Amino acid sequence: MLSLDHLNVVFNLGTRRAPVPLKAVRDVTLNLEKGDCLGLVGESGSGKSTIGRTILGLNRIETGRITFEGVDIGNLNRKSEMQLRQSAQMIFQDPHSSLNPRMTIFRSVAEPLVLHTSMRGAELRERVQELLNTVGLETQFLYRYPHELSGGQKQRVCIARAIALNPKLLVLDEPTSALDVSVQAQILEFLKGLQQRLGLTYLFISHNLAVVRHMCNKTAVLYLGRVIEEGPTEELFQKPLHPYTRALIDAVPLPKSGQDKRSKLIRGEIPSPIDLPPGCAFYGRCPHALDGVCNLTEIGHFSAGADRYVSCVLQDPQRSAALS
Amino acid sequence: MSQPIIEIRNYSLNFWTFDGVYHALDDVNLTVEKGQSLGIVGETGCGKSVTVRNILGLLPSPPAEVVSGEILYDGKDLLKALPAEMHRIRGIEIAMIFQDPMTYLNPVFTVGRQLVDVVLAHNRARGQGEKISRKDAETRAIEMLNKVRLPNAEKQMSNYPHQLSGGMRQRVLIAMALIGRPKLLIADEPTTALDVTIQAQILELIAELVEELNLSVMMITHDLGVVAKSCDRVAVMYAGKVVETGTVAQVFDHPAHPYTQGLLRSIPHPEKNVSVLEGIPGFLPNLLDPPAGCRFAERCPRALDICRKVTPVGNPLAGGHVASCHLAEELEAASA
Repeated sequence: MLSLDHLNVVFNLGTRRAPVPLKAVRDVTLNLEKGDCLGLVGESGSGKSTIGRTILGLNRIETGRITFEGVDIGNLNRKSEMQLRQSAQMIFQDPHSSLNPRMTIFRSVAEPLVLHTSMRGAELRERVQELLNTVGLETQFLYRYPHELSGGQKQRVCIARAIALNPKLLVLDEPTSALDVSVQAQILEFLKGLQQRLGLTYLFISHNLAVVRHMCNKTAVLYLGRVIEEGPTEELFQKPLHPYTRALIDAVPLPKSGQDKRSKLIRGEIPSPIDLPPGCAFYGRCPHALDGVCNLTEIGHFSAGADRYVSCVLQDPQRSAALS
Repeated sequence: MSQPIIEIRNYSLNFWTFDGVYHALDDVNLTVEKGQSLGIVGETGCGKSVTVRNILGLLPSPPAEVVSGEILYDGKDLLKALPAEMHRIRGIEIAMIFQDPMTYLNPVFTVGRQLVDVVLAHNRARGQGEKISRKDAETRAIEMLNKVRLPNAEKQMSNYPHQLSGGMRQRVLIAMALIGRPKLLIADEPTTALDVTIQAQILELIAELVEELNLSVMMITHDLGVVAKSCDRVAVMYAGKVVETGTVAQVFDHPAHPYTQGLLRSIPHPEKNVSVLEGIPGFLPNLLDPPAGCRFAERCPRALDICRKVTPVGNPLAGGHVASCHLAEELEAASA
């Protein structure tokens, strides 16, 4: 349904004369099928939000292709762009800043319907009411303003607005990071139910591994713009193959007693994406790094079972064959 | 051994707002023993930050008004301390680190200058012994930056905050907090703005420094995982009240308050494969007009008639575990 093929996104931090390229997304290939929930995880600066925004045509594609239901997104005319806006929608992290404070809830939710359909008057109001009911809000909220609502309610309004045009794909960019855990739980469960009810496909962007594990059937781990590991969620969490995935999972403190206050951790921080060293981007922090291998050659993607890919030399079947 | 370094007793605090009197804290009791780390958890608006702010006298009054209670530090009530006395305690005996390190570093001065200023200010405030020279202060600052494992400490002294990453800034802030050799460190969401791998590094650093410098810690966070990993004891707060306190094992393994139980059922647990997250339906009560009885009763699945009439008091269970719930004993037994 959605496929990203060797996608590269580059931002220019300099001027046109003296460009300073920042490679935000590097050679990303991903596939989503209908009904999937693909989790994109990674730390800040890993390019996860950039991928989401690029899918909706909000960033320029440097090289590579994104095809959504057979249509090339990098190459849209006015009409097919309107089409894309209807069938792919995005929900952002902070519901407060994604709602216009001077518009009532009714106007916010009705806006996409006014733009894309001929619904007006009573019909429009009925549809907005129906949408609010779908997301579990009562009709009394119709003529309220965003500041009168709690964070969870505002996020529900954003969801109502996103599903107004019956989209097929929802890009959820950290939809619950701004919410308290008791509200987060409600929104996550609601999103899950919604996906089943409406047959939606989700691209779920989050830095919270536990949330991704709970929500997604497939997961891709990003590091400095590259997908370093990908696979079915449970498999990936139970048996992470890339040292970075392992480190990321180990770094999450668990809500249970009896943990060691100190643990073996990866050192260092994510390097600057402007001036990337050759070879594996994780080389400087990796506990298993091989001098002369990882820091020199570009690491390819190796298949590691059904639908599983990992980008680490240690998983290279040819290399392990040569060594044994 | 169990000598309290700080003791908050029957502490109630109001804010005067245009809408009326906001009852932010109601009868809060907390104790931190020497060498111990206490985690305070709760959701937005539960009063966890407000509770610790006034330990250092950081709440302007008005609008804040202390209704009752005392905050005892080494036997002295900080709420009644004179400004000059607070000056000798703030930053020197008790230090604080905050959530967003960028907000608490001055962007127009170098890291070194800000650290040196702190050393000199402490020296003046102490007002005893000989004066410390700028040069000595610089040596102390570099020493401290090394202690918080900031790479290239000497070089970083001449850098401005914007030249450092988030994790490095938090290390600088920790260095700044600990440079006066405080006895108590208050950490208000110290890792919330950081990525998980950096968070793990900072938590480990705090754990190491606690041991090395013999610190006591109050750690405020909304992340149950962070508390479970880095604290000895936990206090769970809801709507301005402490609803449950105990060791990490007591609170996480045998939660005795329905709110704590609800919180634990709201987060996806990486090791238990839970298919449905329950969450806690409903909203925080309006603290301009707090309900009679238990403040959680409205959202509580187990609420009885008595809960809406009688405010539950701390119900002591085995081993210093306390829950403010009429049903605490029963719930603790059931959660085993």
